[in-house]
Amino acid sequence: MATVDVDLPHVKDEDPHHHGPAKGFGRWLYTTNHKDIGSMYLIFSLSMFMIGGIMALIIRAELFQPGLQLVEPNFFNQMTTMHGLIMVFGAVMPAFVGLANWMIPMQIGAPDMALPRMNNWSFWILPFAFLILLSSLFMPGGAPNFGWTFYAPLSTTYAPESVTFFIFGVHIMGASSIMGAINIIATILNMRAPGMTLMKMPLFVWTWLITAFLLIAVMPVLAGVVTMMLMDIHFGTSFFNAAGGGDPVLFQHVFWFFGHPEVYIMILPAFGIISEIIPTFARKRLFGYSSMVYAVASIALLSFVVWAHHMFTVGMPLVGEVFFMFATMLIAVPTGVKVFNWVATMFRGSMTFETPMLFAIAFVVLFTIGGFSGLMLAIAPADFQYHDTYFVVAHFHYVLVPGAIFSIMAATYYWLPKWTGHQLNETMGKLHFWLSFVGVNVTFFPMHFVGLAGMPRRIPDYALQFADFNSMASVGAFIFGFSQLVFIYNVIQNVRAGEKATAQVWEGAHGLEWTIPSPAPYHTFSTPPKVG
Amino acid sequence: MAEQNEIKTNRLVVRLATAAIAMFGFGFALVPLYDVFCDITGLNGKNFSQGPAEVASVDRSRTVKVQFVTVNPAGMPWDFKPTVRSMRVYPGEDKHTTFYAKNSTGEWMVAQAVPSVTPSEAAPYLHKVNCFCFDRQPLDAGTDTEMPLLFVVDPELPEHISTITLSYALYDLTDDQKVAQLKLDNDKGRTSL
Amino acid sequence: MSKAFSLALSLLSTPALADWQLNMNEGVTALSREIFDLHMLIFWICVVIGVAVFGVMFYSIFKFRKSKGAVAEHWHENTTVEVFWTVIPSIILIAMAVPATATLMDMYDTSEADVDIQITGYQWKWRYQYLDEDIDFFSNLSTPREEIVNESTKNPNYLLEVDNALVIPANKKVRFLVTANDVIHSWWVPHFAVKKDAIPGFINEAWVKVEEPGVYRGQCTELCGKDHGFMPVVVEVKSEADYAQWVADQKAMKLAMADEASKEFSMDELIAKGEGVYQAACAGCHQPNGQGIPGAFPAITGSAIATGAIDAHIDIIVNGKSGTAMQAFKEQLSAVDIAAVVTYQRNALGNTVGDVVQPSAIQK
Repeated sequence: MATVDVDLPHVKDEDPHHHGPAKGFGRWLYTTNHKDIGSMYLIFSLSMFMIGGIMALIIRAELFQPGLQLVEPNFFNQMTTMHGLIMVFGAVMPAFVGLANWMIPMQIGAPDMALPRMNNWSFWILPFAFLILLSSLFMPGGAPNFGWTFYAPLSTTYAPESVTFFIFGVHIMGASSIMGAINIIATILNMRAPGMTLMKMPLFVWTWLITAFLLIAVMPVLAGVVTMMLMDIHFGTSFFNAAGGGDPVLFQHVFWFFGHPEVYIMILPAFGIISEIIPTFARKRLFGYSSMVYAVASIALLSFVVWAHHMFTVGMPLVGEVFFMFATMLIAVPTGVKVFNWVATMFRGSMTFETPMLFAIAFVVLFTIGGFSGLMLAIAPADFQYHDTYFVVAHFHYVLVPGAIFSIMAATYYWLPKWTGHQLNETMGKLHFWLSFVGVNVTFFPMHFVGLAGMPRRIPDYALQFADFNSMASVGAFIFGFSQLVFIYNVIQNVRAGEKATAQVWEGAHGLEWTIPSPAPYHTFSTPPKVG
Repeated sequence: MAEQNEIKTNRLVVRLATAAIAMFGFGFALVPLYDVFCDITGLNGKNFSQGPAEVASVDRSRTVKVQFVTVNPAGMPWDFKPTVRSMRVYPGEDKHTTFYAKNSTGEWMVAQAVPSVTPSEAAPYLHKVNCFCFDRQPLDAGTDTEMPLLFVVDPELPEHISTITLSYALYDLTDDQKVAQLKLDNDKGRTSL
Repeated sequence: MSKAFSLALSLLSTPALADWQLNMNEGVTALSREIFDLHMLIFWICVVIGVAVFGVMFYSIFKFRKSKGAVAEHWHENTTVEVFWTVIPSIILIAMAVPATATLMDMYDTSEADVDIQITGYQWKWRYQYLDEDIDFFSNLSTPREEIVNESTKNPNYLLEVDNALVIPANKKVRFLVTANDVIHSWWVPHFAVKKDAIPGFINEAWVKVEEPGVYRGQCTELCGKDHGFMPVVVEVKSEADYAQWVADQKAMKLAMADEASKEFSMDELIAKGEGVYQAACAGCHQPNGQGIPGAFPAITGSAIATGAIDAHIDIIVNGKSGTAMQAFKEQLSAVDIAAVVTYQRNALGNTVGDVVQPSAIQK
C-alpha cells in the first residue's frame, strides 16, 4: 500500500450548511449519508447472518444423527436453499457493501458517495427483497427447495409455486447490487482527493473497484437467467426444457457464468480488508502493493473463463474438460501471489495480535486451506469423485466462513473504534475469535472426510458410516453459531461505552481514515485533504 | 470544479448503466451463442447434420456400432421403442431403421422426439437424411405406428469412436401444441432437429 | 455440556460403525485407482506447499513480534522474489496438469463395450435397461420406513440398500448410458469412480471394468427433490458364469410373472399385496397413511380418483398424469402389483369403496 502523507488543514466541519443527523426513524429512511447507509447495510447483514445461521443450525441439528428426527426432507431442502441464498445475497454481499459505504469515502478523502440518493434506494429495496424471499416459507408448497443454484428443471417445471416470488426477490436484490456497484465505481473514479492517484489507493478501495465491475458484469446475467426461468414457467418458452428444444445444461452454463464471478465478488473485498489489517499490525508496509493489484485484477478476469468447472460431470467433451481444468488451475497463481505477499508482509515486521489481526491471520491460514481444496477440485478427473459431495461443501465453507465472514468480522473490529469512538474490549474480542476459530474448524474440517468417504451434499439423512463426523460437525456448528452472540454483544457494548479511542486507534495504522477523529464526524472531508 | 465533477459522474453512470443493460442482453445472447458453440464443439451432443449427406464413398475397412435408445420422459404414456436395438454400419453407407410408437391412452395425442447422441464428439458425423424427429407425431387413441429413420455415418468419424448411441426422448406436446408451434416457427433449427 | 454428553453417547452407541474413514475410496477398477493416485499426488503437493508457506508465517509470528522487541524493516517490494513465486507455482501446476490430462483421456475411452446398460433417473429411483438383453427393472430404496424414522435399529446398509440391484459381469467393459425421466439426477458409485449426471432429454455415457465380484454402493448426487437422499445405487458385480445364470433367471422370472397375471385373486390377497406395493411405490409422496402433503401431493384418503370410477383410477396409475409429479407406473409395476395397489387404495387408508380389480383387467 502506498504511504499517504496527508496535509490536513482542518479536520473540523466548518461548512455552516452541514448539520448533524436528523432525529427519529426519518433519519434512517431518508438519509443520504454514507455512514448512516453503511451502518444500515451492516445491521441488515448481521440480522440476515443470524437468520441464515438459524437455518444452518436446523440443518446441522437434523444431521446430528442418522435418521429423520426434526424436519421433513422437503423442509430440509427449503432450509439448505434459503440458507445459501440468505448467506450469499443477504449476509456476505450487503456486509461488504456496508463496509464500502463507510470506508471508501473516508479512505479516498471524499465527503460522501457520488450518488447519495441512489445509495439510499439501493439499500432500502433490499429488505423488501428478503421479506419476499422469507415470506415464501409460509406459502402453500413451501419456500424454494431446489438449492441455491436452482438448477432447471427442478426449479422450473418441478418447482413449488413460490418460485415466482423467489425470482422477483432475486430481481430486486440484483437491482440493488447493480446500483450499489455503479455508485462505488463513480465514487472511486470521480471523488478521490487531489493527489490520491489510482496506485495510491488503499487495497480495500482497489478490490472494491474491481468487485464493482464484476457485479455490473454478472448480476444482469443472473437477472437474465431468472427471467428465462420466469418465461419458461409462465409464458411457455423452452429455454431449459428439452421438450421444446431447450437444454437444462444451458441453465447451468448461464448460471455459472454469473456464479463463478459471484464467488469472487464475495472474496475480493476480503482480500482488500486483509491487506489493510496485516500491515497495520505488522507495522510494516504491505509487500508487493502493485502485484497485489494485478493479482486481484487477473483473478477477476480469469473468473469469466472457468465457470464450467462446476459442471465437470454434465457430460462435456474432453476438450471442454481440459480447457476448464487448465483455466481453473491458473487461478492458483495470482491467489498464491496474494498469500505469499501477506506472509512477506509479516516477515521481519513488528507484530502484535489484537482481535482484528487474529481474524486476519486465521483468514490467511483457513482461506489457503480452502484454496488447496479448490485446487484439488479443479483437477477434472478427481472432481468426478469430489463433485456434489461434502468435500465441496467443506471447500466453499472454508473460503466463505473463515474467508469472507472472518474478513468481515476482522474489518468490523478494525474499524469499529473509528465508527463509535470507543476502543475495543480486547478480552471479549479474543473470546469471540477463539470460540469462532474452534467452532469453524470443528464444523467444517470433518466435512472433508465424509465427502471423500462418499457422502453426497444436500441430503437430510445419511448412511451410518458418516455418523461420527457428522455429529462432530453439528457440535462445531452450534459452538460457532452461539459464539456469534459474543460478537453481537461486543458490537453493542462498543457502541454504548468504552475507553475513548484516538484518531489513529491502532499504533501502526496508516491511511486517510485514521486522520479524522474517532468517532468519525457525521460529515468528513467536506474540504478534500491533500494527499502528497 | 464541483459541476464538472457532476457532469463526469453523470456520464459515467450512464455508461455503467448501459453496460449493465447490455450484460442483461448478453445473458439472453448466451442462448444462441451456446447453440453456435455446441455446433462447433459438439458440447451437448445435438449438432447433427440434417438432410441429404454428401458422402463420397463407403468406407468398408471398419464398422461402427450404432445403438438406438428411447426414453419416455415423465407424463408420456406411449409405448416407444426401437424396432432394432443396434446395428453395425460401414461409414458412408445409407442405413434405414424404424421406431415403434403406440398411443395406449384413450385420447388423441401429439408427440415430439428429441434426439441426443453420445459420445457427443460423434454427433456431427451422424447425418440424418430423414428422421421422424423432424416432425411432430400425432397418434389417435389406441393406434400405433412405425416411424422411419434414414441415416449415414460420416467416413470421417474419428477412428477411436467405435460405438455411437442415438437416444430419443419422446415428449408429450398435446397441451402446448399451439405455444410450441410458435416456437417452432421462430426457431426452426432447434425444435425440428 | 449436554451436547458433548450426547455426542459421547452417540459414539458409544455405534462402536461397530465408527470407522472414521478419512480418505477417498481407492476403488476397484484400474481407473478408480488412477484417480485415487492423482488425488493423493495433488494432496501431497498441497501439503508440502502448505507446510512451507505456513512454516514461514508461523516463524514470523513467533520471531517478529513486538513484545520480543522486533522492529519492523522497511522493504516492501522485491521483483526477483515476486517473479520467483509466480513462476514456480506455474511450473508446479503444469506438473499437475500432465497426469490429470492423461487420466481424463483414459476416462473418455470410447472403445466398444461388452454390455450396454441404459440408466434412467426417476424421482426417486433408478431404472436399469440392458440393451442387449430383454431385462428392464426399477431399483428402489429398500430400507424400511421404521428405520428412517428411528422406530427400529438401523441395519449396516442403512439407506444404501435397494430392492433390485444392478448386476454386471466382472472383467467386462460395461458401458452406462445415463439419462433422466424428470429432473437432473447423478449416478455415482465411489468405488468405480463413475459419476455422471442424468439429464432429461440428453444422454451421457460412462464405463467401468471391475476386476473382482462384490457389492458396491453409491447414491444420487444431484439434488432432485424431496427424496434425493433416498435413491441409492447398488451394483452387484458377478463372475461371468454367475452373471449368465442371473440373466437366464431374469428371463424365467419374466415368464412366470406373465403367468401370474392371468390368475384370479381374492380381495384380501390383493389388499395384503397392495399394502406392500403402496408403501414401496406410493407412500413417498402420498404418505404412508394416505394423507398426502397439502400443497404438494394430494391425499389418497377420500380422493375423487380413489373413490370414483375404477377405470380412471387404473388409468392414472398406469399412465400417470402429465404435468404433475404423478408418474406412469406401467413400466415399473407388474399387472398384479397394479391390480393390488388399486384394490388396496380403494379399500384401505380410510376408503371403503368395496370393489376389486383383477390383474387380467389391467391394460398396459
